[in-house]
Amino acid sequence: MEHYIYFIPLFPLLGFLLNGILGKRLGKSFVSCVGCTSVGLAFVTALFVFKDLIGRPVEDRIMVDTLWTWMAAGAFKVDVSFLVDQLSMVMILIVTGVGFLIHIYSIGYMHEDESYWRYFAYLNMFVFFMSLLVLGANYLVMFVGWEGVGLASYLLIGFWYEGNENADAGKKAFIVNRIGDFGFALGMFLMFWTFGSLSYLDVFPKAFEMYEHGHLALNAPVLVAICLLLFVGATGKSAQIPLYVWLPDAMAGPTPVSALIHAATMVTAGVYMVARSNILYTLAPTACLVVAYIAAATALFAATIGILQNDIKKVLAYSTVSQLGYMFIGVGVTAYWAGIFHLMTHAFFKACLFLCSGSVIHAMGGDQDMRHMGGLAKKMPITYITMLVATIAIAGIPPFAGFFSKDEILWKAFNFPYYPVSGKIIWFMGTLGAAVTAFYMFRLIFLTFHGEFRGTEEQKHHLHESPYFMTVPLMILAALSFCGGWLGISPLIGHALGGVPNYLEHFLEPVFEHSQEIVATIPRVEYGHGMEIALMTTSVVVAIIGVLLAFHVYIRRFPELPARLREQYAVYYDLIYNKYYVDEIYFRIFVWPTYYLAIFFWKIIDVIIIDGIGVNGPAWLTQRGAYVFSRVQNGQVQTYGAFMLLGLVGILWYLLRF
Amino acid sequence: MDSLILTYTTFLPLLGVLPILFIPQKGEGGKNVIRWIALVTSILVFLVSLRIYAMFDPGKAGFQMVEFKPWISRLGVHYFLGIDGLSFWLVLLTTFITPVTILSTWRAIEKRVKEFMVALLVLETAMIGTFLALDLFLFYIFWELMLIPMYLIIGVWGGERRIYAAIKFFLYTAVGSLLMLVCLIGLIWFHYEQSGTLTFNLLELYNTHLPRLYEILFFAAFALAFAIKVPMFPLHTWLPDAHVEAPTAGSVILAGILLKMGTYGFLRFAMPLFPQGSAFFTPTIIALSIIGIIYGALVAMVQPDIKKLVAYSSVSHLGYCMLGLYVLTKQGVEGSILQMINHGISTGALFLLVGVVYERRHTRLISEYGGIAKVMPLYSTIFLIVTLSSIGFPTTNGFIGEFLILLGAFKANKAAAVLAATGVVLGAVYMLWMVQRVFYGKVTNPKNLHLPDLNLREFAYLAPLVVLIFWIGLFPNFFLGKMHTSVDTFISQVKVPCKTMAASNEMHPRVPVGYHGHKSNLEHSEE
Repeated sequence: MEHYIYFIPLFPLLGFLLNGILGKRLGKSFVSCVGCTSVGLAFVTALFVFKDLIGRPVEDRIMVDTLWTWMAAGAFKVDVSFLVDQLSMVMILIVTGVGFLIHIYSIGYMHEDESYWRYFAYLNMFVFFMSLLVLGANYLVMFVGWEGVGLASYLLIGFWYEGNENADAGKKAFIVNRIGDFGFALGMFLMFWTFGSLSYLDVFPKAFEMYEHGHLALNAPVLVAICLLLFVGATGKSAQIPLYVWLPDAMAGPTPVSALIHAATMVTAGVYMVARSNILYTLAPTACLVVAYIAAATALFAATIGILQNDIKKVLAYSTVSQLGYMFIGVGVTAYWAGIFHLMTHAFFKACLFLCSGSVIHAMGGDQDMRHMGGLAKKMPITYITMLVATIAIAGIPPFAGFFSKDEILWKAFNFPYYPVSGKIIWFMGTLGAAVTAFYMFRLIFLTFHGEFRGTEEQKHHLHESPYFMTVPLMILAALSFCGGWLGISPLIGHALGGVPNYLEHFLEPVFEHSQEIVATIPRVEYGHGMEIALMTTSVVVAIIGVLLAFHVYIRRFPELPARLREQYAVYYDLIYNKYYVDEIYFRIFVWPTYYLAIFFWKIIDVIIIDGIGVNGPAWLTQRGAYVFSRVQNGQVQTYGAFMLLGLVGILWYLLRF
Repeated sequence: MDSLILTYTTFLPLLGVLPILFIPQKGEGGKNVIRWIALVTSILVFLVSLRIYAMFDPGKAGFQMVEFKPWISRLGVHYFLGIDGLSFWLVLLTTFITPVTILSTWRAIEKRVKEFMVALLVLETAMIGTFLALDLFLFYIFWELMLIPMYLIIGVWGGERRIYAAIKFFLYTAVGSLLMLVCLIGLIWFHYEQSGTLTFNLLELYNTHLPRLYEILFFAAFALAFAIKVPMFPLHTWLPDAHVEAPTAGSVILAGILLKMGTYGFLRFAMPLFPQGSAFFTPTIIALSIIGIIYGALVAMVQPDIKKLVAYSSVSHLGYCMLGLYVLTKQGVEGSILQMINHGISTGALFLLVGVVYERRHTRLISEYGGIAKVMPLYSTIFLIVTLSSIGFPTTNGFIGEFLILLGAFKANKAAAVLAATGVVLGAVYMLWMVQRVFYGKVTNPKNLHLPDLNLREFAYLAPLVVLIFWIGLFPNFFLGKMHTSVDTFISQVKVPCKTMAASNEMHPRVPVGYHGHKSNLEHSEE
């Protein structure tokens, strides 16, 4: 019985339709009830699927549910069908589980908004498309979800559309994502004409088979091209260099949206896609290398921007970009499960961080500037503790969740089978990024919750802990941020703890089986436990240094040291504070020329050349010509006489010439 | 037993014209009676055309429901109608759009209602006839007949510069048509020379063997006539003017159906009649299609007038249709035909939507609006859905068309597909920018503060379009399924094998497309 998987997307779809059509009339309690129940039911269905899945023998853990044939033209045929295996199982549990918590949180957060119904309708729509994305059994259904979550994101970023900057941010997100989707679509075309299908169950076995039979070389150009084109899509959706620019602006949306869409789920779609296509990437080492380098660069680059942001949500936004970089390092160095592991722990602690920041913003009356905060720990203890837990998790300090996943990624990067030297460089960049992460995240904690309150009297008076609708999800997520990492304890630590198994890796193993087989054939240096312990210690030490540094700058010598540093390094400060001027550069290079090219096409080519000279020109000539010739027949005898005379002279001249 | 269903569908609109002629249009009562008669007639036509749907057998190659009667025997002219998978949806689109259009004119057209409705109904007959005619003489009559009512609709009920736009529209199209007429006669003459029979029968003319030079020449003339209608870059400048000046109903018919006459002309006439000429011009046409896609999108982006924006977006969308036809893969051609339907639905809907606010504010300038989402929520929702369809968002119809076209194009010509796909990004840019300026932000213009949302009548004609947008988007096979056989035939007819291209005089067998439906025994290229 597999024909119930479609209920997972169906519930949120119904919720969306109900709230979208009737929500305005039926009031807020109806809307919240429908909105949360639909996602709750999707989660419950996912749990049933999960139970079904683990009840099966390992080799039989793939469930397919085909609804109807979507498109067929010539040899091209695509079904609307869903596939559940270990990978999509993990994803859908995160999406519906975290999604459910955030829906609950939203009841508290959005309760005063007049477009409450619209908010929940969009949020349900998002969950619908996200479940299509992770459950699709072929790339085209994934693409529907892929663009669909982009639409939901567009609508939710611009949710308060009366502010023009919000609408701008939404539009920017959609268009930048479209650029990525352009690559994704081309990747699909190339894939179809190479493998004759877009279905996972056709493409992946075929690719592996072709490789085994020698029809497809390792690193074949066509495979590299497919992988890189798909990755272009991933850089858009998952905010990697060079298409990351939309994500920080996307913070214009309501904060729970930032938590759900722009941190926990949607932006990880690219990581999921690469992990899903693992066999293709494994067969294309060059593509892996590109992915890993771009990811490492993004991880470090975004982290440095995070240091100097003052908007609490912007810090978290850059932190998300950076953490997504870590996930891509994982999948890039063919440690697919590690990427998914970090995706999961990140979903917990980043959702928690965003929701906490929402709680803070709620208390501050909408103010997001950390320069106005300080000392909030006493007023909002639950928010403080939960946020602290999540921060320790993201900083990578054991035994919190982030430590295990980030460390696994860095260790695997160090062991990059295809390019050992690049692997070391990527490891170094990642470790450096980890130190920066610990620094900026604790800067956030210190500026927000410690020291003296720096806002207005009015704000100070208004400060309060948030209602239970908001704090209960925080506590659950904080608990998960604390212990979520224990699902993937590396063998080294597991052994030291007396044989704790690595549940997640073991569970996901069959999905990446062929990739591991291929990787295993690559000769490489094996590093022993000693090296692993050394690296692990390094990353923990580095994180602690980051924390201590933040403590030094923002607690012990605040505010005099930050101010002095700012003056001393004004050039660097400006550069980082203005995000390396990337937005401005993009504007000059892409937006501005396109606009003026369009103006040129319209005003010069269309109006003057084609229409003016080409079309109206002949018309004008005809008219003028008619006018000139009409002069000849003006009815005056004198004119006729003059013409006659001229004619006579002409004839005479002609005759007399000879 | 011959069925007369095609004749009924074609000429039923004229039957509605008769009573309208006798009703005085003095006062509101008379006008309303005229409107109702026109609406009921067009709905009846739609219902009759559903009978075509019921009778159509998608598995059969060749033409169906054929009507073949001698008309002017000495010239070999026949009254010859037939339908196949290429024209099937276009005919249904025509009969579907017409009632929608009539319903939209209820309040928009107040003067000369009688003449307007007569023009619309005559136009409907001409359009259906053009899609169904299989005799070149008959086709040409219908083809030219379309011009007159459209000329009047723009010239009489249009905006300020209506005369300029109407004359431009007329002359532009007439120039192309006349060249086509000359070459059409040339083709008949060649066929007469070869076979000794004088005929305008399209199916027999398919088998004419022209010298290569003449194929190229004749194709060029036909292609010019059709390319103007499409319109392809750089023959498109009549379109923005015509759209801006035409009343809403005119724009809807123009965008929804008349433009398809161009692409249909390529599909039915220019390409299968002159495959070698077509092959000769393929690179040019692909290049112009791509220029059209990108150029149209860029120019659309900077238009201050919503209608002009939509007009230029048509240039871009029709570029996709032409590209799909010319890559000659199954996906490309089917995507192209579907995209013709899609464009009719979504661009038609966009013009209707622009008409709705135009009736309220009497301006189409984007800068006059802003913040409309707050004032007209239902209207804004529908506008957003249509926008999504126009930019090819998955689950809407636009996605299916664009995806199939690009997929097909990618096989035939990777560079073309990559360039054309940039249009998908640009499409999002111009549409979303416009949506933002019209609907988002605060209401800055006090005139927009109290605009009424859609009324029941407006909702009634927009809702079916929205349903179709999702229907095609979710179940495109329902639509594609009717095309497969005919598209196979079309491709085998048009595809010139590379070897025989050089030896053009060699008599390579062209597909005999029997209208009695005997199977063409050509190897179907599996792609």
